[in-house]
This record gives sequence, C-alpha cells and structure tokens, in this order.
Amino acid sequence: MDYTAVIGLEVHAQLRTKSKLFCGCSTEFGGSPNRNTCPVCLGMPGVLPVLNRRVVEYTVMMGLATHCRIAEESVFARKNYFYPDLPKGYQISQYEKPVCEDGWIEVPVRGGVKRIGITRIHMEEDAGKLVHESGFDMSRASFVDFNRACVPLIEIVSEPDIRSPEEARSYMQTLRDIVVYLGICDGNMEEGSLRCDANISVMPKGADTFGTRTEIKNMNSFRFLHQALEYEIDRQIEVVEGGGRVVQETRLFDSDRGVTVSMRGKEEAHDYRYFPEPDLVPLRIDGDWISRARENIPELRSEKIHRYITDLDLPAYDAEVLTGDRAIADFFEAVVEAGAHPKAASNWVMGEFIRLVKDRGPEAGRISPVQVARIIALVDSQTISTSAAKEVFEEIFETGRDPERVIEEKGLTQVSDEGALREEVRKVLEDHPDEAAQFRAGKEKILGFLVGRVMKATKGKANPKMVNEILRDLLSK
Amino acid sequence: MKITPELVEHIAHLARLELSGEEKVRMEAQLADILDYIGLLDELDTSDVPPTSHVMDVYNVFREDEVRPSLPVDKGLANAPEKAGTAFRVPRIIEG
Repeated sequence: MDYTAVIGLEVHAQLRTKSKLFCGCSTEFGGSPNRNTCPVCLGMPGVLPVLNRRVVEYTVMMGLATHCRIAEESVFARKNYFYPDLPKGYQISQYEKPVCEDGWIEVPVRGGVKRIGITRIHMEEDAGKLVHESGFDMSRASFVDFNRACVPLIEIVSEPDIRSPEEARSYMQTLRDIVVYLGICDGNMEEGSLRCDANISVMPKGADTFGTRTEIKNMNSFRFLHQALEYEIDRQIEVVEGGGRVVQETRLFDSDRGVTVSMRGKEEAHDYRYFPEPDLVPLRIDGDWISRARENIPELRSEKIHRYITDLDLPAYDAEVLTGDRAIADFFEAVVEAGAHPKAASNWVMGEFIRLVKDRGPEAGRISPVQVARIIALVDSQTISTSAAKEVFEEIFETGRDPERVIEEKGLTQVSDEGALREEVRKVLEDHPDEAAQFRAGKEKILGFLVGRVMKATKGKANPKMVNEILRDLLSK
Repeated sequence: MKITPELVEHIAHLARLELSGEEKVRMEAQLADILDYIGLLDELDTSDVPPTSHVMDVYNVFREDEVRPSLPVDKGLANAPEKAGTAFRVPRIIEG
C-alpha cells in the first residue's frame, strides 16, 4: 500500500535582541556560566518581569511577513513544569492568545510553490542549559548555566500541511530566509538560534483521517531534519504494515546513527496547567504598531529572487546565489547602482567577491561597490584584461586602494598595440611549429593553447581578443 | 469536577509531593471542599462578562532593549546549596 506522510513543524527562533525578554541581562553567549543572570532570570522570589519592547516589534514583523492576523489583544501565560534548567518552575509563554495567528508562507517544492499554513506565532522565554563541559563530573551531578534563561524566542507553529521530508526542509529553509532577511534572528541552526521539532504521522494514500503522530526533537540542521523525517516515515509505515499501532510519544533524533529513538519515561501526557501570567499586563497592538512594523520589513529573499530574474534579467542560479546572504545581495545591488551591468556585477560578486569573503572573512573586505563597478568598466573598455582585473580586485579587496593607481603600479594596462602583439604572436608561433601545424590541419582547439602562450609571454597584459584575431590571421597565411 | 484518588495522585506527582495513604484521603476531601466552595461562583450569570485575566485596566508596559548590569555571579550563586565553578550543581539529570 502507498502511504502519505503528514508533517507539522514547530520552529523556535531566537530573536536578535541585546537584552533578555524580561530583564536587562545581556543575551550574549559564550563566557563563563551564569555571568549574564540577575534576580529576574534566576527566578528569585518577589521579582517582576518587564517586557522587552523590541521582542514585540520583531514578532509583529514576523507575523506580517508570514501573512498572519495580528491579535488586537494578546496575553502571556505560565507553562508549569519542573526541570533544573527552568528556574521559576514555569516558563513564561503564550497559550490562548498568541500575538499572531492564521498565516501562511509559500515554499518552493518540486514543480512550483506550495502554500503552508502557519497556525500561530508566539513569544516565550528560553530555558537555561545543562553544562556538558570537561572538568565537570557528569556521572554524579548535572551543572546548570542560566545565561540562556529568559533569552527571547518566537515559536512558529505550522499547520499539518507538509507531506514529505523535502517539503519540510524547504519550509524550514524559507522560514530561515525570512527571519534572517528581517534581521530578527541570525538563523544559525548549529548554534541553536533556530530549532525545530516535528509532528509526524502516516496514513494510507487518499485517506482523510490522520494516523497517530509522534513528535521528533533535536534536529539541528536541514540535513538532520530530512534524515529524521525519512527515517520516522519508514518506521511508522513498517509498524502499520506489521499490523502494529504507532504509539503517540516523543522521539529523539540520534544523528550519529541516523535513527529516532523513543524518549522513555516521558510518555505520560503533558499537563502544563497553563494559566494567564499575573505578573504581565496584556498587550494591545493597534494599527500604528502594525504600520510601523510594516515599514521595517525589507524586501524578502523570495521577492529579491523574483526581481533579479524579471527586472535584472539574471539567471535563476545567479539570483539564488546572490540572495543566499543578505549582505552579499546588498553589495551586489550597490554595484549595479554604481552603474555596472547586472550580469557583469553578478559574475564578479558571485565569483571573486564571494571567494575572497569566504577565504579571508567578511571583515577583511575593504573593496567598495563603486570600486567593483569601476573595475568592470575598465574591463569593458579593454583597459585591463579579465585576468589582470582579478589581480586588481584581490589587491583592492585587501587594501581598498584606488583601482587606477593599482593598475598603474602593477603595470597591468592591457596591451592593445597591434604591432607589438603581432610580434609576440609571431614569436610564439616560431616556438610552437607543431601546434601551429595541428591548427592548420583542422584542430581548432589548439588555438586556446597558443593564446595562453601569448598571454604568458606578455604577463597577462595582452588583449586576448586581439591575440585571438592575430593568431587566426597569421595561421591562415 | 469530581476529585478521585487517581486525580489526587496525579496532582501530587505534578507538584513532586509524596503523600502517605492517610494524607491522600485527607487531600481528596479537602480538594473536593475547595472546589465545591469555588463552585458557588457558577451561580452568577457571567454570560455578558468577557473572560478577564487581569483586573487592572493597564496595557503595554515595556522596557527598552538595553543591557543593564547583571548580578555579580557570586551573588547569584550565594544561595545555591551546591555549585561547581560558576555553575549550579544539581542531582544528575538523565536526558532522553
């Protein structure tokens, strides 16, 4: 029998604020345990939380970017459970009245785009973490660091609209693009800034009632998400085919073995006893708030890709690569703004610029978009060759110096003097009589080799187009 | 809502309380009394009253996103029964 998988994702995104959700402690990570804590985030008796305004602004932006309805009134709730990483014995979250509801995003899938519903987006505080560092004897005790406690998160809950691991991955990638472009989350899955749990079940193809679902936790990369879902779908189908029943439970993805395993001992139904948080007053988000948030929403990645293809005439591949990082896209647009042809700008940004940024780190880059546009213009006017331009590009990337001066100092001005080039070509042909004969015998490809020789003899300064023409001219005689 | 012995055990477990048999019986009766008493409120007609989570007419209390000094770490840990370095030490947690 054929089966359909039904998947819903719960994504936690850590918001990029300076201070925590309910207190003024820094959200910075690293450093010694508990350095960024205070009576509020340690859950000392008698303290009161005060809401960080920016968290609400970011959450509203996310809601608008995902076509959600923004609730006029929204309240926080206490989610009660005991765990050593939760200092108060409850997490401040939202339950009945989240900020955003009933949205959707469009994600690329095979053969087009698919609309995935967003059930809700709500704000909540992160918990602390158990420290697993060497130097602590983990066999007898656990160690708790509350630096992360009370760091602001949004939880984005999807409708069960996802039907395959590929769609889940695409959904997750699209969400990541949105939060990164909005500038509200750094999108780093490995470091836990973006985390994902999945609810998943299988049903016979064509059925209209969902099967029993399991929840999978701990998938901290796109690859693991894909692997975990693939494994879990196969496992559930096997259970059903074997005449068994899928048990509703929480399972953990073990990335070393590529399997999901039951979290034994947590099978008791959760009973969080949510109730409205009495220490925080309700939120009212009016039209002013919403229009201010709307103004802060930049062009998103999917919109950029569309514009690059339709307005700038770039290939889809270029549009994907350039928009993969918002800073790169901004740089590319500034190069075009400075007068460069979009495709030429794309080639230089995708090629040399990205290579050097990866190689030397983004901080090392001193080159300005105007300088890149200038280099492109100098290649266009045949003042310098493409290979010389690459050398100039690298130099300016490091130093930020003026392109013309670098070209002059390095003596890279292209030789387009016909007489001088003819002389160089003649010498090369004298030194390579065999290759010349092969070309005359019809082996066209050998021309590239001969061009290369001339370029080498002129230290890359010869105008390759002219070298090409002169070679053909002399070889045809 | 009927208070059953199972419910008493469930609530005790959620609160991480260990109750003796005699205590469970006592709690069952007391919880039932409390619920009955609160149940008096059901006699009021609240069909026109919106659910209220806060009695004060105050909304949107914020702080700006500014970092303020944290507590010196030795102060934060001062009441900890056990610590290791600047981390709180707790009975071992088995994850998963």
